[in-house]
Amino acid sequence: MAKDHANGPEDYEAMIEEVLEAYPAKAKKRRAKHLTVSKPSEEEPDATTGIASKCDTQKSNVKSVPGVMTIRGCAYAGSKGVVWGPVKDMVHISHGPVGCGQYSWSQRRNYYIGKTGVDSFVTMQFTTDFQEKDIVFGGDKKLAKTIDEINELFPLSNGTTIQSECPIGLIGDDIEAVARQKKKETGKTMVPVRCEGFRGVSQSLGHHIANDAVRDWVFEQEESDAVKAYEPGPYDVNVIGDYNIGGDAWASRILLEEMGLNVVGNWSGDATLAEIERAPKARLNLIHCYRSMNYICRYMEEKHGIGWMEYNFFGPTQIAASLRAIAKNFDETIQENAEKVIAKYQPLVDEVIAKYKPRLEGKSVMLYVGGLRPRHVVTAYDDLGMVIAGTGYEFAHGDDYKRTGHYVKEGTLIYDDVTGYELEKFIERVRPDLVGSGIKEKYPVQKMGIPFRQMHSWDYSGPYHGYDGFAIFARDMDMAVNSPVWNLYDAPWEAGQAIAAE
Amino acid sequence: MPQSGDKVLDHAPLFQQPEYKEMLANKKMKFECGHPDELVTEIGDWTKSWEYREKNLAREALTVNPAKACQPLGAVFAAAGYEQTLSFVHGSQGCVAYYRSHLSRHFKEPSSCVSSSMTEDAAVFGGLVNMVDGLANAKALYDPKMIAVSTTCMAEVIGDDLNSFIIQSKEKGSVPEDFDVPFAHTPAFVGSHVDGYDNMQKGIISHFWEGEERTETDKINIIPGFDGFAVANNREITKMLDAMGVEFSFLSDVSDVYDTPSDGEFRMYDGGTKLDEAKAALNAKATISMQEYCSPKTLEYIAGKGQETAALHYPMGVQGTDEFLMKVQELTGKEIPEELRLERGRLVDAIADSQAWLHGKTFAIYGDPDFVYGMTRFVMELGGEPVHCLATNGNKKWAAKMEALLASSPFGKQGQVWAGKDLWHMRSFLNTEPCDMLIGNSYGKYLERDTGTPLIRLAFPIFDRHHHHRFPTMGYQGALTVLVKLLDTVFDKLDDDTIVPGETDYSYDLTR
Repeated sequence: MAKDHANGPEDYEAMIEEVLEAYPAKAKKRRAKHLTVSKPSEEEPDATTGIASKCDTQKSNVKSVPGVMTIRGCAYAGSKGVVWGPVKDMVHISHGPVGCGQYSWSQRRNYYIGKTGVDSFVTMQFTTDFQEKDIVFGGDKKLAKTIDEINELFPLSNGTTIQSECPIGLIGDDIEAVARQKKKETGKTMVPVRCEGFRGVSQSLGHHIANDAVRDWVFEQEESDAVKAYEPGPYDVNVIGDYNIGGDAWASRILLEEMGLNVVGNWSGDATLAEIERAPKARLNLIHCYRSMNYICRYMEEKHGIGWMEYNFFGPTQIAASLRAIAKNFDETIQENAEKVIAKYQPLVDEVIAKYKPRLEGKSVMLYVGGLRPRHVVTAYDDLGMVIAGTGYEFAHGDDYKRTGHYVKEGTLIYDDVTGYELEKFIERVRPDLVGSGIKEKYPVQKMGIPFRQMHSWDYSGPYHGYDGFAIFARDMDMAVNSPVWNLYDAPWEAGQAIAAE
Repeated sequence: MPQSGDKVLDHAPLFQQPEYKEMLANKKMKFECGHPDELVTEIGDWTKSWEYREKNLAREALTVNPAKACQPLGAVFAAAGYEQTLSFVHGSQGCVAYYRSHLSRHFKEPSSCVSSSMTEDAAVFGGLVNMVDGLANAKALYDPKMIAVSTTCMAEVIGDDLNSFIIQSKEKGSVPEDFDVPFAHTPAFVGSHVDGYDNMQKGIISHFWEGEERTETDKINIIPGFDGFAVANNREITKMLDAMGVEFSFLSDVSDVYDTPSDGEFRMYDGGTKLDEAKAALNAKATISMQEYCSPKTLEYIAGKGQETAALHYPMGVQGTDEFLMKVQELTGKEIPEELRLERGRLVDAIADSQAWLHGKTFAIYGDPDFVYGMTRFVMELGGEPVHCLATNGNKKWAAKMEALLASSPFGKQGQVWAGKDLWHMRSFLNTEPCDMLIGNSYGKYLERDTGTPLIRLAFPIFDRHHHHRFPTMGYQGALTVLVKLLDTVFDKLDDDTIVPGETDYSYDLTR
């Protein structure tokens, strides 16, 4: 390419080709199937965004290429780190060697209210800390003893999950037998999860396995008193797939409650076991992170006849559309309330957009996140007048790419399971005004002089969900893009620093 | 409505607003089915009791809030300190994402490392194909001068043989025959990150030294050990040795790679021990390890090659630094110059100026074995009294050394050594035998919250404070940094305790 920077679809196609050149033949062939530029689509445009494009890469949700610096994690990260870890009144054992639990300890900012170590346990690291003898002789006895000790030292814990690390499945331990035994002895919920890190190709299978564990070890067990005592009402909903990162679920709940709905369970940020158990009694499942929790929604639909719908609480356009779509499932009172809520927050929305849009309009963004946000946050950027130049997922499946076509315009760069090398090259060529990705990408990108926000952890800010969250989101993007630091990168005495003669 | 565009409230103030407080109270009452408040209070109080401490200490299987990580983290850290070296961890890929995140969160820097991304099929058939493809891809994409291979516990459990795999990969042309691919088996179910550091170090130097003839020179080698403050400490060590005129090589120097400038270019590699230097390090007269428990196997190997070896325990403070300099003097015959004596004097001056504020203050200290030793020694030097000294990855030998150290000073009388215990034990210790200050890492903030003990962050990892690691803790200069942190903690606490107007502020002194 003659140009310094790639911009626009033709450039992107050529850029993909060029970036692939660095790979050995076998890897090149494999990686080519994960990189594309979104195409026009025959489909009806999405009602909210007015967009229809074709974003599918040839391949997704397949094994990562060895040695390329994939950004993905593993099944344990999907189960313990994402789905189960936030359930606050249960103890989650990282079952195996010490590392996994250590590295994932308190790193997802799943906010909760509770007395840590007494009735809540989210920001604690419980592990069986496997030693060589446990590998050789098996760890089931140690696991059983560990659960006994948990019950003794943490009597208010309402149950225990066993989050398997790699060795468990390899040494042939029977954690299910231990769980059954301990359930019998204690009467508490015990959940063995086979989320060994070598299973599957990313976090994604861990989500699925964790969902299945909810089905098998919570739902398909005897009803608890909490469930029996609960009187379902006509406005009961569950929020599924909101992990309350930086308080996201709280900023969402407040809107749903203002609308007149009862959020009987929030999965799984700030959740108690009772909220999980009771879920099948609700009227409707509202799913935010489709990728990590659609499985259990489908199960509840099949088994309990509860409908589910996806919604999106990023940015005012999607929030309003979602509130209306949710309200459609209820009576006129709720529908009127939805309008009232939208009207109530309109001044805040106007104020935020008036303040930040002029500072952000036309700025380009490249995203690389997990399984939902690469599409879900797009409209929030649109609301601020920002443009998505590229987006990609760590662990999306085909159905996620289908949905991406409702958010992302044609001519957008799409990368699946991007490698460190590709992402660096793409960013170098596209030179976006902002990159939104994770901690591993943050510092390399910032070294290049490009503004960055972590879009897994909200860069320790948040919430970003809901109207209250949108204000924070806008403030944070402005903070990143318009920081004075980016102008300090070049020392003024460096050779070739032509002073602009305007 | 609490939120406004004019003054955006993020999580900390937002959820303190009445609308949210009411919402959360409502959630608790209607949906959570929690335990009664009285019971939570009662159990909470019970967890602070001596009775609970006994139960807690009786644990045999459960580990809660350990202060250690697994071997490959140390291996990745060690390899990062060699010139243009890429770590390649053979096994499941999630682990590598974890090491990279962990290191990046502490250093606020990029951390590059690849995985062979083994999955179910590799668990059954072994990961040879992953190694063959992985090495080829890593070399092609990231242009390293050396690829350092370590293992996750998955690869260890199935028994993949790195040596054979690397030989076969080279035969298949993944990387040239003469390309450096040192390796170390780093099982996560043995020891901790300090052992991974040791194993990788041994793997790298034995790769360069095996079969080579040794011709002794006057140079010495320094093994820094696993150190969250290595960026600044390695530079401080360099400064001291330069002042002495000692020719030396670091075996693994991460000070540049975890401290690259922001000038528009991302440097995946920077600085580090040159590979030629690592080769030539065989010829050194002696090797000093700054951290004995990070290097037992490496030092044993080096001693076997005919070098003198010495091991210190994270030299901090006056005597720790004295000992380091005198050890260098002894090994090299170089004099300790006047400028270092003056620097020492300035540190002693600072300690003398402030001793009254630290004398008799009690401390709980945790971290890696060498750090706890060095820190304990420095605390006693300042007239502080270590009460709880804890290393989750400390062994019996370490405990014995610690006991001897505590016995060597009247300030160590109260000292108790806790090898293999975790931070939930420490919670019990602090609740039953409180201390004035706690020294550890960011995970200690939960202890600060639960026991009211002010935390001083001097050990890896530090996630919730920025750039502390950019200032040294070793050497006379480093001791000054540490001293100021301890003093600031004392003064801040005192100000906090005397800040209520008309009530406690009679002691809110201007001059202290």
